[in-house]
Amino acid sequence: MVDLKTKTPCAGLVPVRVGPLSLVEDAPGHMTALAPYLGQDAALSEALKAAHGMAAPGVGRMSGKRGARALWFGQRMILLMGPAPDAGLAEFAALSDQSDGWAVLHLEGRGAGDVLAHMTPLDLRPTQFKRGHSARSECAHMPASITRLGDEAFQIMVFRSMAATLVHELKTAMGRVVALQ
Amino acid sequence: MRLPCPICGERDRREFTYSGAAVALERPGAEAGSEAWDDYLHNRDNPAGVTRDLWYHEQGCAAWIVMTRNTATHEVLGAALASEARRAGSTS
Amino acid sequence: MRIEGKGLVERRTPIGFTFDGARYQGFEGDTLASALLANGVRMVGRSFKYHRPRGVMTAGSEEPNALVTVGFGAAQEPNLRATTVELREGLWARSQNRWPSLGFDLLAVNDLAAPFLGAGFYYKTFMWPRRFWERVYEPLIRRAAGLGALSGAPDEDRYERAFAHCDLLVIGAGPTGIMAALSAAKAGADVILADEDTLPGGRLLAETIEIDGVPGAIWAKEMAAELAAMPNVRVMTRTAITGAYDQGTYGALETRPHAVARRPGAACGTFWRIVARRSVLAAGALERPIAFANNDRPGVMMAGAVRAYVNRWGVTPGQSVVVFGNNDSAHRTAADLDEAGVHVAALVDSRHYATCDLDVPFYSGTQVCDTQGRRALESVTLCSAKGEERLRADCLAVSGGWNPSVHLACHMNARPVWNADLLAFLPPRDALPGMVAAGAAAGDFSTHACLRGGAQAGQEAARALGFKVGAPAVPMAEDAPYDIFPLWQVPGRGRAWLDFQNDVTVKDVEQAAAENFRSVEHMKRYTTQGMAPDQGKNSNVAALAVLADATGRGIPETGTTTFRPPYVPVPIAAMGAGGSGRGFAPERLATSHAETRQRGAPMIEAGLWHRPSYFPQSGETNWRQSCDREVNMVRRAVGVCDVTTLGKIDVQGPDAGAFLDFVYTNMMSTLAVGRVRYGLMLREDGHVMDDGTCARLGARHYVLTTTTAAAGQVMRHLEFVHQALRPDLDVRLASVTESWAQFAVAGPKSRELVNGLLDKPIEDASFPYMACGTASIGGIGARLFRISFSGEHAYEIAVPARYGAALFSELVARAEAMEGGAYGMEALNVLRIEKGFITHAEIHGRTTAFDIGMQRMISPKKDCIGKAAAARPGLLDEDREQLVALKPVGAVKEILAGAHLFNAGDPATSADDQGYVTSACYSPTLGHVIGLGFLKAGRARIGEKVRMLDHLRGSDTLCEVLDPVQFDKDGGRLRG
Repeated sequence: MVDLKTKTPCAGLVPVRVGPLSLVEDAPGHMTALAPYLGQDAALSEALKAAHGMAAPGVGRMSGKRGARALWFGQRMILLMGPAPDAGLAEFAALSDQSDGWAVLHLEGRGAGDVLAHMTPLDLRPTQFKRGHSARSECAHMPASITRLGDEAFQIMVFRSMAATLVHELKTAMGRVVALQ
Repeated sequence: MRLPCPICGERDRREFTYSGAAVALERPGAEAGSEAWDDYLHNRDNPAGVTRDLWYHEQGCAAWIVMTRNTATHEVLGAALASEARRAGSTS
Repeated sequence: MRIEGKGLVERRTPIGFTFDGARYQGFEGDTLASALLANGVRMVGRSFKYHRPRGVMTAGSEEPNALVTVGFGAAQEPNLRATTVELREGLWARSQNRWPSLGFDLLAVNDLAAPFLGAGFYYKTFMWPRRFWERVYEPLIRRAAGLGALSGAPDEDRYERAFAHCDLLVIGAGPTGIMAALSAAKAGADVILADEDTLPGGRLLAETIEIDGVPGAIWAKEMAAELAAMPNVRVMTRTAITGAYDQGTYGALETRPHAVARRPGAACGTFWRIVARRSVLAAGALERPIAFANNDRPGVMMAGAVRAYVNRWGVTPGQSVVVFGNNDSAHRTAADLDEAGVHVAALVDSRHYATCDLDVPFYSGTQVCDTQGRRALESVTLCSAKGEERLRADCLAVSGGWNPSVHLACHMNARPVWNADLLAFLPPRDALPGMVAAGAAAGDFSTHACLRGGAQAGQEAARALGFKVGAPAVPMAEDAPYDIFPLWQVPGRGRAWLDFQNDVTVKDVEQAAAENFRSVEHMKRYTTQGMAPDQGKNSNVAALAVLADATGRGIPETGTTTFRPPYVPVPIAAMGAGGSGRGFAPERLATSHAETRQRGAPMIEAGLWHRPSYFPQSGETNWRQSCDREVNMVRRAVGVCDVTTLGKIDVQGPDAGAFLDFVYTNMMSTLAVGRVRYGLMLREDGHVMDDGTCARLGARHYVLTTTTAAAGQVMRHLEFVHQALRPDLDVRLASVTESWAQFAVAGPKSRELVNGLLDKPIEDASFPYMACGTASIGGIGARLFRISFSGEHAYEIAVPARYGAALFSELVARAEAMEGGAYGMEALNVLRIEKGFITHAEIHGRTTAFDIGMQRMISPKKDCIGKAAAARPGLLDEDREQLVALKPVGAVKEILAGAHLFNAGDPATSADDQGYVTSACYSPTLGHVIGLGFLKAGRARIGEKVRMLDHLRGSDTLCEVLDPVQFDKDGGRLRG
């Protein structure tokens, strides 16, 4: 039997540290896109709560806690991050395994918001984009999901194939921001 | 330029893809005849004023949106999900 | 010369710099202009057209004359205004538009020829002979006229781009802007206060005005510090707001001091996109000159600029100054000069009713009508009812009044409004949604009025944003009225300049009017008035006043030209910052990328994806050898190719089948679970959009593939069809392209290779052609598809992408042990051309299912996207260009994609065009060159000969028309 080794999307690209800023790869475990069928949003939320302990997040929000999170991921789409999806969820939603489809990066440190301001047109002011807020947007011309995890901490997700470009762009922007600090 | 997404709120135009007049929602039946199909496919108004067109929130939530805009002032007057506009059965 | 005890420069920090090869010294806080004036350098450039000596005229970004080139080599930056270049140690600047030197310029001869070089000169002179324009006239004119030059080398300066958001953007940090920012920020609004200058304060830095008993510059410093300490305020100095755009978006150019820009990793500047819900235009006003004969000599300056040099930089631009104006600004300059101990030779006021209590020679009802001096001002001529008088002076300070900076308010096409009392254009109200003009930009010229206007505008904005505001506290300051009497030009002999940067004189504008270029837009283009980099900031209003006079109209009837961004010149490198390399197009790399590169494969781009072209082996010297070997390898043994890049879309739900029936031409609802079907998608206009496979993994679960390049387009289309046309269908779409690493294993030995890996081997009977299902490789859940794009017995294996790199290495190693190996895009292309399989070279947007011989794939049993339009008679005409294969049968043995087809014997004109070649290659399998293309009525012409012509590449080939499928017509190998 063959033994295939695994490789993460950002293997060899991170960690990147510039001044107080650090960029590391997150290993969120399973990632499953949940797309509720017609009229099943409430039922899916109930099932999600029963099976994984968190209700479905509202638009632009993240629910759950570290290790088991549900991320609003677009119109009629929630990304379950952490646990393997309970089989019962399939009654209410289309399930698509996305575990390997995304590079998940964690940017943290003083000026993290300024770094992202180089890359995305999103309004990331702390008063507008608070902890637990999440948005789908463009990040350095790439489709991305951006979530605030803390005052100076963000989760950034792009397609796996774009990991190298994202890290390159983040690294450049980190250098730019730190140079002014 | 900023555009309102009924789901995500106001966003930068970079997140959107433009896709022509909202007439595209009014697809004729298969047997509607060549004149109806010709209108649907090719004939468009070009108003200096209020117009309704389709935008895809491609770099955002992936919603198709009917945007009501004024081509003369660039004012955006409203936005509705295409799915709801279609369900409501009225696009004009 | 410096004036002891004056100015805000740091005299303990001397700075050495070079101008035109000579070493000078200035101080920290100097601009290049103030330092040059302090060193007595008066001539700093030559004018654009007449090569006239020119000196510093203003103290800001509106400077028309003092354009210099800074730096050298790749970092050389031309056309910088010396008035905005911050002095730094080692600064290396030189003057422009002169040869061989500033003092002795050969093209100064243009000035003698001036009578012939007026407006319209080029249009009238360089008309004949016509062919001379490109070869002789234009290069000549370009060399003679012009400003600085680019280095020609790629710019090493690193700009960056960034986005910022706020409730209120305050444009300009003078007294108005500071008060606007303070009052809105105190109410709780998020404020950005931006100013192009290095320090906040605006005119307060240039005046001796006090606010609440404190010198204005100190007040500004204190207020700016208070603002900067507030968490909801961002003070951005060195940041020019360059444009106002839709929905409260503003462009801004921030530059960095040299020392900061040189830090490792730092950018030299940032191009900002600022989104603001409201804005206050507090951009102040610009002083305008008066046109009189020879008003362009070095030493002739704006009166307000002279005050700025005296008060801010402690520099006097002259030893003996004549001040001339039609308003009180001139008096203020005379007072400041006198107070600083500089000799004021005369204060000349064109207003007959003006009085003066200063102890300087005063001339009311008098005008300056001429100046003298060789390379700089030596004397001025005054004229009044009493006659003419000549005064010695090395500096002439002029004020023709103030133009509010209305530009940004008018960027969305609004026109400014003429105010007859102020003799100035004001921003119209509500010109820009959310913007309010205040202070001097709104025509309030006293300091107190600015403070009050700013406070009110800030409060108004805060209130509109929903914040509670109290009563405004407006500090005390002078509140002098503004009095001005019209004076645009002083009549007389000699040229009187309006636009200094583009060398436009009163005579030029009058000539334009005489030749009937009466519209201000026509006059502008005929004379080039206002078309230089300064966009006529200090000259346009006077020019249109002259035009109004010449055409017998009033100024408001004459109107202004259109205001367009950017307000100040912006380097293209700044606007395009972040848009080179990966910032231009992100790279999409497959999981096999590292292994592929290690094997030396050159990469080509397919959409954003990077894919291997071929895998060279030792001894192979060109791509054809590698490609031929890879093709033979697949046909004879087994090849491995990464096909992850093809789009993969999960389609799930109770109505998945019905949805797919609607988007594909053929039936997908009838597809059995565990089977794959080739599918064709049309656009609604009846032309082919994309093709791919549709596999049914479960009763309610399909997975589609799209072509690599069209993956995004297909997803957009499917979402459109679902959301906008069939929201009633209960179906859900998700892209899974990146979740699975997918590899094609193709060739007679493919099953043997695949079975070596699968935990449970497959057999032909249980897993026939077009089967699909789940599989297990080393305990890992995989998907297996028996599909082929090569015409060989083939599989595609998909595993979770984390295993992609390992599986690719494993597959290639095993294939090599079986006399196979990896193959790239070149071989893939040859394999599919041999089989007549199409790509977007064939389905390029203008071809129909009928054209490619797939008309029967449009199911008659159901409606689908594109079906109605595809049935139009014109799209089913037997004479349409149809897909065929071609092979050379004459002496020339090449077929070129892009070449056109003609009947042998017909002339090669577009009227006789019979079709074109879309794909071509050498087929090692068939042993000859082969092509695919479209030929009129092609399907009925199999066996005929046509002529392939390519005029660009000089190719002329006689071809035989063949059936598109040239290899394994019955598909035995696919099923084998």
